[in-house]
Amino acid sequence: MLGWIDTLLQGILLGGLYSLYATGLSVIFGIMRLVNLAHGDLIVLAAFLMLALVAAGVPIVLALAIVLPLMFALGYALQSLMLNRALGRNILPPLLITFGLSIIVQNGLLETFSADTRFLNVGPLQGASLRLGGGIAIGVMPLICLVAAITVILLLNGVFYRTPLGRAFRATSDDVEIAQLMGINNKAIYAITMGIALAVCAVAGFFLGARANFDPSIGPARLLYAFEAVIIGGLGSLWGTLAGGIVVGVAQTVGAHIDPEWQILSGHVAFLIVLVIRPRGLFPRAVD
Amino acid sequence: MRSSGSARLGGDSDRWERHFAVATATRASTVTLFIAIPAIVVLAALPVFASRVLLQELFYVFTMLALAQLWNLLAGSAGLISVGQQAFVGMGAYALFAFTVVTNLDPILSIVLAGAVAGLVAVPAALIVFRLRGAYFAIGTWVVAEVCRLILAQVKQLGGGTGTSLPPEVASSIIGLDFVRNLFAVRGPAARDILSYWLALILAVGAFLLVYRLLRSRHGLALSAIGDSEIAAESTGVDVFRTKLFIYVATAAVTGMVGALIFLQKARISPDAAFSLIDWTAYVIFIVVIGGIGTMEGPIIGVVIFYLLQYYLAALGSWYLMLLGALAIILMLFAPSGVWGLISRFYDISPFPVRRRLIVPVGKSAHEKESAP
Repeated sequence: MLGWIDTLLQGILLGGLYSLYATGLSVIFGIMRLVNLAHGDLIVLAAFLMLALVAAGVPIVLALAIVLPLMFALGYALQSLMLNRALGRNILPPLLITFGLSIIVQNGLLETFSADTRFLNVGPLQGASLRLGGGIAIGVMPLICLVAAITVILLLNGVFYRTPLGRAFRATSDDVEIAQLMGINNKAIYAITMGIALAVCAVAGFFLGARANFDPSIGPARLLYAFEAVIIGGLGSLWGTLAGGIVVGVAQTVGAHIDPEWQILSGHVAFLIVLVIRPRGLFPRAVD
Repeated sequence: MRSSGSARLGGDSDRWERHFAVATATRASTVTLFIAIPAIVVLAALPVFASRVLLQELFYVFTMLALAQLWNLLAGSAGLISVGQQAFVGMGAYALFAFTVVTNLDPILSIVLAGAVAGLVAVPAALIVFRLRGAYFAIGTWVVAEVCRLILAQVKQLGGGTGTSLPPEVASSIIGLDFVRNLFAVRGPAARDILSYWLALILAVGAFLLVYRLLRSRHGLALSAIGDSEIAAESTGVDVFRTKLFIYVATAAVTGMVGALIFLQKARISPDAAFSLIDWTAYVIFIVVIGGIGTMEGPIIGVVIFYLLQYYLAALGSWYLMLLGALAIILMLFAPSGVWGLISRFYDISPFPVRRRLIVPVGKSAHEKESAP
């Protein structure tokens, strides 16, 4: 019984990480109905950038503080130079541009950093854990990760619902044409959106590297977990995305508890089951 | 293909009746027929004088062409952009291994059955992923492919996660192998290459004809209606869901047959190779997109370009893949209709026409204009 409670707790903490993967994807889709197939690879890219900075002697927290605006700038440039030119009724061009980007980032990382597995050294917090009694302990890093996931959502919701910029975001999301008539430059909004999404990728990359090993090939799997969290949660709701991340995380740890080889498969199966029973997700807000 | 009818323009007066015809054939398509048939005959006779290496290379080209035509039907015509076709390549390949190794069936019969298995897997897969729209449909198909890969990695009889090899006696038991060996006076492995080459040719031509016939049939008309507007198509009596399901399952079945043939030739399978996103989907998408999506000509041009790039640059390894990625991005930004799109902008030719052209006899309508009050 305790074993199951432990599994459940670990799953919820893992869900925090998946929610961080998914938040950026959820924001992009919510505002511009775009799916970024390079999302997972960009998270891994952020982790590698921090790794390179740490190797150059920069403290890890400062590395995150440097990579975060860097990823924002990358997102802004990516959207305004490439994706904005390809937006339209046809969804194929943006999809294939991000697919091409995914392959470029993945192989570029492979060329630069080799296929070795790495991790980010976050100092004494690395292996620290809190004892909850009854033989159950939770890692400090995973806990911080879940708190960070919640903080990111609070921050983003604050921006979306309490600032003039957020109003422009929501207007663009609701109806691009009308928003444009009201004087909103939708392409600038899109560029900021992609910037925010990649800044969240930087946070996700930090916890990816701090919690587990990574190598250049693991991006696509992160994309799939993120995507599953978004769909399970229901489009248009960041809290739903957090819940979706936790569902995937718990499904994976429960699967791994039964047989270690089933970990990834059970996450995917949980997603397919939700899709069959509740095609619009658990907490749908947006249509389409 | 020609169908004619008449339309009344302007109500009660018979003088306003005009006869028109809808045709899909063009003069170029008639010429194509006279070129394509001899070309296929030459290709079929190629083993008489071609080297083994050439046959193996063409085997790869034909199988990729077949996969490209099928993905093109799915994404270009039906609007079902899948990045999970490796699911059906892999299912077909594993079904071939299961039928030949576990139940000792003949490999060629197994290829056909493997297609049926892939088609059967596609039905529940479609019912799930069709709940997702647009770009999310794409990632949904990818999840399905991952599920297939992870499940087959658990099947210990087929080698689990590390994979397995086809026993030599299976490869040497193919129907017709002795016939080929005697016909060309070659040894077993060479005869196998010839047989595989012919099967690849049959599948490539078969996939092409299937897509071509389908697009020129009423299903093709339904598909282009769906492409323009699903709601409008539905309101004019097109069963959107059934049409899409039919295309998805049919494509999966033939993709599965191609996958089975590829891995019969490789004689070795593993979950990572059989369900490879790069090999069976990324390359295939690249072929279709660079050639020209939504056209019959596109994949043919695309496979030639892809083969040349692969031949000269594949040794660059990850730089080669980055180049393909960059090419795909540039193409999407500046020439989303591909090489064939650029060609047909300057020359109005259509060797494999799938579009319907309205033909109104000019003389008659001029006469009618005169007699109009």
